Amino acid sequence: MSHNALPWSNPARVQMLTNALARRILVIDGAMGTMVQGYRLEEADYRGGRFATHGHDLKGNNDLLSLTRPDVIAEIHRAYLDAGADLLETNTFNSTAISQADYRLESLVGELNREGARLARACCDAAEAATPDKPRFVIGVLGPTSRTASISPNVNDPGFRNTSFDELRINYREAAEGLIDGGADILMVETIFDTLNAKAALFAIDEVFRARGSRLPVMISGTITDRSGRTLSGQTTEAFYISIAHARPLAVGLNCALGAKELREYVDTLARVANCHVSAHPNAGLPNAFAEYDETPAEMAALIGEFARSGLVNLVGGCCGTTPAHIAAIAAAVDGVAPRALPQDHAVAA
Amino acid sequence: MPIRRALHLSGLEPLVIDSDALFVNVGERTNVTGSAQFKKLIKEDRYDEAVEVARQQVANGAQILDVNMDEGLLDAEAAMVRFLNLIASEPDIARIPVMVDSSKWSVIEAGLQCLQGKGVVNSISLKEGEEPFLEQARKILQYGAATVVMAFDEKGQADSIARRLEICERSYRLLTEKIGFPPEDIIFDSNIFPVATGIDEHADNAVNFIEAARELRRRYPHSHVSGGVSNVSFSFRGNNTVREAIHCVFLYHAIKAGMNMGIVNAGGMPIYDDLDADLRERVEDVVLNRRADATERLMEIAERFKKGSKEKDSGAVLAWRELPVRKRLEHALVHGIDQFVIEDTEEVRQSVTRTLDVIEGPLMDGMNVVGDLFGAGKMFLPQVVKSARVMKKAVAWLLPFMEEEKKRSGDVSRSNGKIVMATVKGDVHDIGKNIVGVVLACNNFEVIDLGVMVPAQKILDAAIAEKADMIGVSGLITPSLEEMAHVAKEMARQDFHIPLLIGGATTSRAHTALKIEPNYPSACVWVKDASRAVGVAQSLVSKELVDDFLAKVRADYSEVRERHRNRGSGKRLVSLEAARANASRLDWSNYTPPTPRKPGISVFDDIPLAELLPVIDWTPFFQAWELHGHYPAILTDPVVGAQASELFGDAKAILERVVAERWLKAKAVVGFWPATRIGDDIEIQHQGEAIRLHHLRQQADKPVERPNLCLADFIAPRESGVTDWIGGFAVTAGLGIEPHLERFRQDNDDYSAIILKALADRLAEALAEYMHRKVRTELWGYAAGETLDNEALIAEAYRGIRPAPGYPACVDHTEKATLFRILEATRNAGVELTEGFAMYPAAAVSGWYFSHPVSQYFVTGRLSREQVADYAKRKGWELQEAERWLAPNLDYDPE
Repeated sequence: MSHNALPWSNPARVQMLTNALARRILVIDGAMGTMVQGYRLEEADYRGGRFATHGHDLKGNNDLLSLTRPDVIAEIHRAYLDAGADLLETNTFNSTAISQADYRLESLVGELNREGARLARACCDAAEAATPDKPRFVIGVLGPTSRTASISPNVNDPGFRNTSFDELRINYREAAEGLIDGGADILMVETIFDTLNAKAALFAIDEVFRARGSRLPVMISGTITDRSGRTLSGQTTEAFYISIAHARPLAVGLNCALGAKELREYVDTLARVANCHVSAHPNAGLPNAFAEYDETPAEMAALIGEFARSGLVNLVGGCCGTTPAHIAAIAAAVDGVAPRALPQDHAVAA
Repeated sequence: MPIRRALHLSGLEPLVIDSDALFVNVGERTNVTGSAQFKKLIKEDRYDEAVEVARQQVANGAQILDVNMDEGLLDAEAAMVRFLNLIASEPDIARIPVMVDSSKWSVIEAGLQCLQGKGVVNSISLKEGEEPFLEQARKILQYGAATVVMAFDEKGQADSIARRLEICERSYRLLTEKIGFPPEDIIFDSNIFPVATGIDEHADNAVNFIEAARELRRRYPHSHVSGGVSNVSFSFRGNNTVREAIHCVFLYHAIKAGMNMGIVNAGGMPIYDDLDADLRERVEDVVLNRRADATERLMEIAERFKKGSKEKDSGAVLAWRELPVRKRLEHALVHGIDQFVIEDTEEVRQSVTRTLDVIEGPLMDGMNVVGDLFGAGKMFLPQVVKSARVMKKAVAWLLPFMEEEKKRSGDVSRSNGKIVMATVKGDVHDIGKNIVGVVLACNNFEVIDLGVMVPAQKILDAAIAEKADMIGVSGLITPSLEEMAHVAKEMARQDFHIPLLIGGATTSRAHTALKIEPNYPSACVWVKDASRAVGVAQSLVSKELVDDFLAKVRADYSEVRERHRNRGSGKRLVSLEAARANASRLDWSNYTPPTPRKPGISVFDDIPLAELLPVIDWTPFFQAWELHGHYPAILTDPVVGAQASELFGDAKAILERVVAERWLKAKAVVGFWPATRIGDDIEIQHQGEAIRLHHLRQQADKPVERPNLCLADFIAPRESGVTDWIGGFAVTAGLGIEPHLERFRQDNDDYSAIILKALADRLAEALAEYMHRKVRTELWGYAAGETLDNEALIAEAYRGIRPAPGYPACVDHTEKATLFRILEATRNAGVELTEGFAMYPAAAVSGWYFSHPVSQYFVTGRLSREQVADYAKRKGWELQEAERWLAPNLDYDPE
């Protein structure tokens, strides 16, 4: 049977989520990397006791902090929840074998995803216990990896590929299993540069669901890399949507690379063509000369507030450069604004 | 608008096939079982050429690309993966979806793993039973593809109508009911079999397919019907004309019945109405099985048609001709096709009461679609100009009828507004202005184009006589900036209030704000490029918008002036004395300047254009059309690549005729003179006369290791005692262009006229490059052994420079007067100078040759009053005269 016919793993949670989506615009959290930077962690923090003798530098492997400095990750999660986030993204952006190979930590992929999801789960559960009328959801994040299945890394050999659909599928399958085991409510394939990578991820997710006999809602978020309006792999926004629509996602959206101002027209395109919910979590503007993001919470919230009032979105949040202050401002800006109405003839993933 | 119930496919771009969609061409040439040529390329590992076959299919109108590698001696999986990965890197191919075609599931799956977009599987069927069929369909769902379902089951391939329907019905139910396959992602292929085989049972093969198609579309309106079209004509292999006629007639009827996709040779399909009438009738008899002797009758005449036909039109063309006439006009306008526009226009004209209704109805509707697409960035300038050509032809056809009616009724058409446009006095460059004119005309503005070298008063008189709503002035060379300021002053003095639009390559917001607008504060607007022109003009004629728009522009310009006033002393110039002290000092004691092998004047009267073709730098050609990017990469640019390729194709077609039919004449004159440097001047000896060439020096505050340059520095100074030389040249490739431009104008074909002008410019630049090489290797001969390819030439990877008066290294246009005098350029090369020192024909280049190895191009930059006064003295001018000619470079506001 088609995976859409599989039962939900946790029907009650899905019901809470769809109820909330029907009533209001939900708020996703902001950047993890930007916040981690603020802690000025050193190699020793990343290693902790467990990896003290690991044969490769580990500084910069933020996903590893879920194991070695869970206090930091939990603190960041809590800051976003306090700011008003309804959904937390797990600290698992690079928790695939391909990405962890850079640190020679491929063997840790299952654990990183499981613990990343568990940490977010615990934070959400605590917040939800304090305010039971406001459910908080864990989004298990599947990042893009550092490879592209449809672009050659070698300009002299356009037919060459440094990864394959199958390699990516196996990578994502392992990651998805961990996220589900750790208690994620939702799986999100995000920051999609190359739609073929995403299709491998969606294929893997489908395999996992079938093997388990039940499914979670899936979110998909692409990245328009520049003002040409295309993904890195060259697709227009509409072509991107068509390419992943078979996964019948709960929501499709765009994140990263651009600020809200530049992203607007592409979110608008998605809002016109998508049969599912629409999400947007842009960067805090475009990077300045020092590669820093300097759009203020007020500026960003004004732009996203306009997305909301124009009926473009169901979920909003922030990507690179955003902080709890941004999320609080965004949450305030969309508070009370009606969510984008779903197209009539559509049966949502629910 | 949410996604409709339609087949959505994607490559880099979406393809939506719904009930409104025209027939979709699936390109078949990238199929080793159907194309012997493609098979040969793949077997011989010539993948580069195989990729070109795909590109050709797309260029010829394929909307989906069928790829098949099923050949006994090939590793089909590996070939499929390699080919799909290669075309994924070609944006002009990858923009369309792929149909992965194989009889082996493993090959299909390998192909699906290479597609980032949503493609189509070709095909699955019940041949091996229900289980494998459903298993494959499930996989297709997981990969996110649509699928072709063949009418094939455990008992065999369907050939009757009943069997076709039976198998399709069973397949459809299994797919939709058992695994939730979306009906819109199902494409039936109920088998196209050959006709005219000589076997009686085959006579109904086409009819049965067509009737089955009709019933399938009726029963499953969300699903689709496709098929491999070339099968139907299999018995006439070797006779392409007859085969194509059969395809054409077959599709004509099958499309009417509901077939909405087909695997065809995109590019190899005649138009139904264009078929030879006798041939069409006999083919129709065969396809529709209208008479018992149909096959014999077709065989009788088939031999006559055996020479392969050259028709280029595809099935898509065929299909749009089936639309209602108003839709056909819209299609023609949007796609820039002028082939049928007169007959279609006439058809509409006969159905309306007033001829004007044709323009204000379907034609303007079509142009509005064009305007919207352009505004949304979905069309580019070349397409818009092509659309305008179609519009002009339609209007030209209607004009006599309207004149007739006007005499009777006094009706006049309403335009958005009227604009008088001109290239200003002293300037001859008009490509940009012409493009703006066309774009405005497309948007229903009435454009009165006064041409080039138009004096201010003539512009103003025309504006009054025509009751114009606005005036647009344009120019390319820097003296035109002064002339534009003059037009503005005159408008103010003569109490004009209509807006003045400023455009052209040397104009800028800053110049307009500082130098033009203060002369005419009523309404003066700089227009950055042609794509902004419509927005500006529409804002200016709109009662609702104009006040806000002008207020914004004025505020903007006043802010520019404010910033200019407060720009502070950040970039101070050094004194002339200090700049000269920091001149580049070349070591003349260890250097002997080369002596020209052929001193004096050399004239080249008729240079074959063909020799210039390899030297053409195409990048500026695309810039002229506001398509930005470097050639050749621009041809595959994901955004403008398609348009750039189309434009390039059209340009090359015209260029071929220009060369073959000798439309243009290229002439050149070159000279060399003994030269010596005196201060910032160069003194040359010409026919016993000492003549001074005047140059200017950079005054920017530079570090010691970077000299303040002046072209004179590259010539040996008098005190060195060294004999040095300087060269000069004037070339043109624009002689004889006028009659051809006029012919295009008569034919309402601005598109080709603008292409021709831009090509002449490119040829002139190529000629300058070509002559420079001839100078280096032969005439001056200091680099006899030089071997550089075109890229190296464009990158100026050679010794010596050829700076042009009026451009950054020697900004004074008036020096051209000296150059032209000593070259006798008007007599020797047919190039004239205007009063503004522009060259006519416009496709001309002139300049100096410097041979010293360190000679280089540079930007002179800002000049102090001190240097301008010094220069005036050297030129024998009043200071004001110097300030007028050097206005764009002044670092100060003159009195």
